[in-house]
Amino acid sequence: MSSRRIFARPARFAAIAPYVWMVLFFLVPFAFVLKISLSQTAIAQPPYEPVFDLSAGWDALKAAFAALSADNFRLIGSDDIYVFAYVRSLTVAITATALLLLIGYPIAYGMARLPKRWQAVAMVLVIVPFWTSFLIRIYAWINILQHDGLLNQILLALHLVSQPVVWLSTDTAMYIGIVYSYLPFMILPLYATLAKMEPALEEAAGDLGAPPWQVFWLVTFPLSLPGVGAGVLLCFIPIVGEFVIPDLLAGSNALMIGQTLWLEFFTNKDWPVASAAAIVLLVVLLVPLMLYERLQKRQLEQGR
Amino acid sequence: MRKASRLTRFNVASLALGLAFLYLPILILVLYSFNASRLVTVWGGWSLRWYRELFNDRAMIEAAWMSLRVAVASATIATLLGTLAAVALSRGERFRGRTLFSGMLYAPLVMPEVITGLSLLLLFVALNAERGFWTVTMAHTTLTMCFVAVVVQSRLGSLDRSLEEAAMDLGCNPVRAFVAVTLPLIAPAIVAGWMLAFTLSLDDLVIASFTTGPGSATLPIRIYSEVRLGVKPEINAICTLVIALIAVVIVIASLASKLSSSQGESAAPL
Repeated sequence: MSSRRIFARPARFAAIAPYVWMVLFFLVPFAFVLKISLSQTAIAQPPYEPVFDLSAGWDALKAAFAALSADNFRLIGSDDIYVFAYVRSLTVAITATALLLLIGYPIAYGMARLPKRWQAVAMVLVIVPFWTSFLIRIYAWINILQHDGLLNQILLALHLVSQPVVWLSTDTAMYIGIVYSYLPFMILPLYATLAKMEPALEEAAGDLGAPPWQVFWLVTFPLSLPGVGAGVLLCFIPIVGEFVIPDLLAGSNALMIGQTLWLEFFTNKDWPVASAAAIVLLVVLLVPLMLYERLQKRQLEQGR
Repeated sequence: MRKASRLTRFNVASLALGLAFLYLPILILVLYSFNASRLVTVWGGWSLRWYRELFNDRAMIEAAWMSLRVAVASATIATLLGTLAAVALSRGERFRGRTLFSGMLYAPLVMPEVITGLSLLLLFVALNAERGFWTVTMAHTTLTMCFVAVVVQSRLGSLDRSLEEAAMDLGCNPVRAFVAVTLPLIAPAIVAGWMLAFTLSLDDLVIASFTTGPGSATLPIRIYSEVRLGVKPEINAICTLVIALIAVVIVIASLASKLSSSQGESAAPL
């Protein structure tokens, strides 16, 4: 008890270096994003009008505050491209997360019912693709989905289609890519809660005469809700801001917000608008992010 | 007692299909990297032709070298900082700013990369830093130290604290108790954390695109610009090499976690 408290003191000192690092490289940068989102675009390097120049003193600072403009946010609010991009990002993220849950749940459930020895093997098998490069996994699907790729060859050979189907640059391809890339993120938290579940509960419900689907719906599923929550947040939040998958697999007629941000930044060199888009994205994600933080904290810091 | 009968046919089918879904695309990619034919549709026999062409591609080799250096450097710094953060969070009890600290550490795990990348770039521009190796390394450190912190923290959380308390009752000071007792016990998690940081850095496209400068492309940036132009057998070859490298890393990491004899590892999504 007391030695625990003595141990805590130097442990707190361990926080200093990572704390400073995260403030400098995670928190402070957001101030810059906010600042630049409020400034005007300029054709220069860097391509924006500086807003604050601390060396110029207090009067300059006051003048600078007067020059702040919400124009970029007004643009994002009124331009259809951005509004559509946000709506599309949310739609895609919700649809993809639902698909992931639908596909991931049976797999996690199957894992949790394996004999203990095999569970460890299955878990490694699910984690390994997570370690393999994101970009490579998407590229693997381009191989399969392209015009004369494997999928079309199989479909043609089986006479399921009479001519090659266009898969690439469609929403179907994008959803395949997202589900493929994020599946481990959905399976692992689901598996973690399902594996901890007392099998006697399901057996008891069965012994009392509940048919299997009722056992699942009234016992298993409600007990796995914490895992469902974790999996959904782990997938939903990053998918909303996803760039690589829609860029490589979806068509270019409907952009997600990550793509428009990328386009504004790299192609149009409009840093202020890109920053404003980032701020809006952050605001959209604030509630799920806070939910996720609470979950993560509970999991790592309180009794397990 | 009736353990075996719990596994229904539906369970087995969903497991088999799920694993096939996860692995087949990668296997196909690896297979086609050894295809002698340029056409993806035609199997022209086994060949190392695309690997030979790869080794003549200077830009690709340079990008790979850059990526490796960034991955080693950022994983090393991230492991150091992430481990310190994990120790502070799981052993530091309460301290001022703790909520902000844990918040900053957990957010990047799910934060869309376009936001992290853009914000870091604006910081580097404001600081007038020359963009290249070091800016990418620092950006990757920021992202990956959070993953290291989570891995190490979940190991620290499952550790029996009476061990380090016993060491202190026997006269060790806290630092000595940590080095002699805690550190060896969490070493496997630290190794696994380094490996994870290394592969995440090797994999990252978005943050690197924002924070790198002209003339210092990383491997994913290079692969991405080629992939946008379509499928090429050389890309299959470089992807296969990266997969092989990561496979080695995974084997080492899983051996390390075997050593830690952790029963029923945490639910951390790693």
